[in-house]
Amino acid sequence: MTEAPRPYTLVAELTYACPLHCVYCSNPVDFARHHDALEGDDWRRVLREAEQLGVVQVNFTGGEPLLRRDLEVLVEQARALDLYTNLITSGIPLERERLVRLRQLGLDNVQVSIQDARPAESDRIAGREAFQGKLRVARWVKELGFSLTVNVVLHRQNLDRIEESIALAEELHADRLELANAQYLGWAFVNRPALLPTAAQLERARSVAARARARLEGRMEVVFVIPDYYVEFPPACMDGWGRRFIVVTPDGLLLPCLLAHTLPGLSFGNVRQASVEELWTSSPGLSAFRDEAWMPEPCRSCDRRAIDFGGCRCQAFHLTGNAAATDPACSLSPDHALIELARDEAARPPSELSALRYRTARASAAR
Amino acid sequence: MIPATGKPALAAKARLRFDRISGGYMLLYPERGLALNATAASILKLCDGDRTVETIVGELHREYVDRSDDDVRHEVVDFLEGLLKRGLLRVLG
Repeated sequence: MTEAPRPYTLVAELTYACPLHCVYCSNPVDFARHHDALEGDDWRRVLREAEQLGVVQVNFTGGEPLLRRDLEVLVEQARALDLYTNLITSGIPLERERLVRLRQLGLDNVQVSIQDARPAESDRIAGREAFQGKLRVARWVKELGFSLTVNVVLHRQNLDRIEESIALAEELHADRLELANAQYLGWAFVNRPALLPTAAQLERARSVAARARARLEGRMEVVFVIPDYYVEFPPACMDGWGRRFIVVTPDGLLLPCLLAHTLPGLSFGNVRQASVEELWTSSPGLSAFRDEAWMPEPCRSCDRRAIDFGGCRCQAFHLTGNAAATDPACSLSPDHALIELARDEAARPPSELSALRYRTARASAAR
Repeated sequence: MIPATGKPALAAKARLRFDRISGGYMLLYPERGLALNATAASILKLCDGDRTVETIVGELHREYVDRSDDDVRHEVVDFLEGLLKRGLLRVLG
C-alpha cells in the first residue's frame, strides 16, 4: 500500500477565459459552461485550507489568470502562507507595472507559454497575434529578478524545429524550459489528426532535447515530456488520482486533475459548500479512483499498479468511453489497438492538412 | 568543483520552507520540491551568499562535533555540487 494521500500542489484555475485560442488547450472543451463563480475571498480561503492540508506550492493558472483583477490579493495571500507561488500565463495582457507589483508581493516563478519559436507559427497556433508581447513579458520577468519558465507545447507541426525553441529559451535566459508534447485530451483530442506526431519525429526531438539538457545542466533545466501515445507504460497521471494534486476550477469544483469534471457519473464537491479538507477526504469523485478497488485486469494484478496507478482516467474515457478502463496508452491494455491505430494514422502522409479547431468560447458553447 | 572561498546562495528559483507536517525543511522550485534531511537543511540555512564554503564547513563542524572536518567538508561540497547541477544554487565571489 502507498502512504496516505497528501496534497503538495494546488492548481488554482482562476478563470477559463483566455485571450488565446490554442488548439491543444488543456481546459475542457465545454469550458463555456463554467463561470468564474469564486470570489476573491473564496480563493483566499481555499489557499489557507489547502496549506493547512499540506500544500506547499500553488500554480495560478486558467485560462489566463491575469484576467483576474484580484490576482495580486491572491498572490499576497499565498506568500503570507509561505507557499511557493507560480504564475502560469500566456503573458497577455500584462503591463510591466503589474509585474513589478507581483514581484513586490513575492511571486516566485513566472511561466510564459510560447507556441513556437517562429512568430507567425506561434500566432497561428494561438489563434491571434501574441508572440512579440510574450517575448517582451519574458524579458521583464528576468529583468525583475523572477525565475522564468518557458513552456512550449510540442506537436507534429513544431517538433521538427525544437532546436529553435531551445535557442529562444536560452536567449531569454530561462531557468526552466518545458518541452511538453501535447497530451491528447480536451482540445488536443479534437485536433489530434493535425497534431499527433510520428514516432520518428518524436525520437529525433527527444535526442535533441537530451543533448540540450546535458549541455545546459546547472543553467537551464530542460524537461521533455513525450505524449502518452508513444509510451510503453503510462506515466502516473497527476502522481495518481487524488494523491498529490488539488485542482480547483473557476466555479469552485475540487478535482484530482484538470479534466475530471468531464467524466460522467462522478460527483465532485464545490469549495463554496465545503472545506478543502472535507472535499479532499470525502468527495465521492476523489475516492472513485484513489485506491485499487476500481482496477480491472490487467492493472489489478500488475506490478506497476502502484507506479502508474492505471494511467490516465480521462484518456481511458476519451478512447474507450469507460473511465474505469486500463489506460489504452499502456501496451498491456486490451484497448491498446486504439493507440496503435492513431500512431498508424500519424505515420501516413496527411492527404489534406486537417483544419485546426480553435479553442473559442463560441466553439465551446456549441459542445 | 566549488572553491572553498566561493559563497553559495540559493538560485532565484529555489526557496527553503519549513514543513509543519513532516517537521523538516523542503527546498521548493517550479513544479518540484525536495524533502531535506537535517544536515542538508543546516547547510542550506547557511548558504546566504555571504558565508564561504569554508565558513559553512567550520560552522557545521561545531554542530556535528563527532565527525571529522574532512567528512563534513565532503558532505557539504557533494551536496552543494548536486544542487549546482540542478541549477538550484549559485556561487558568488
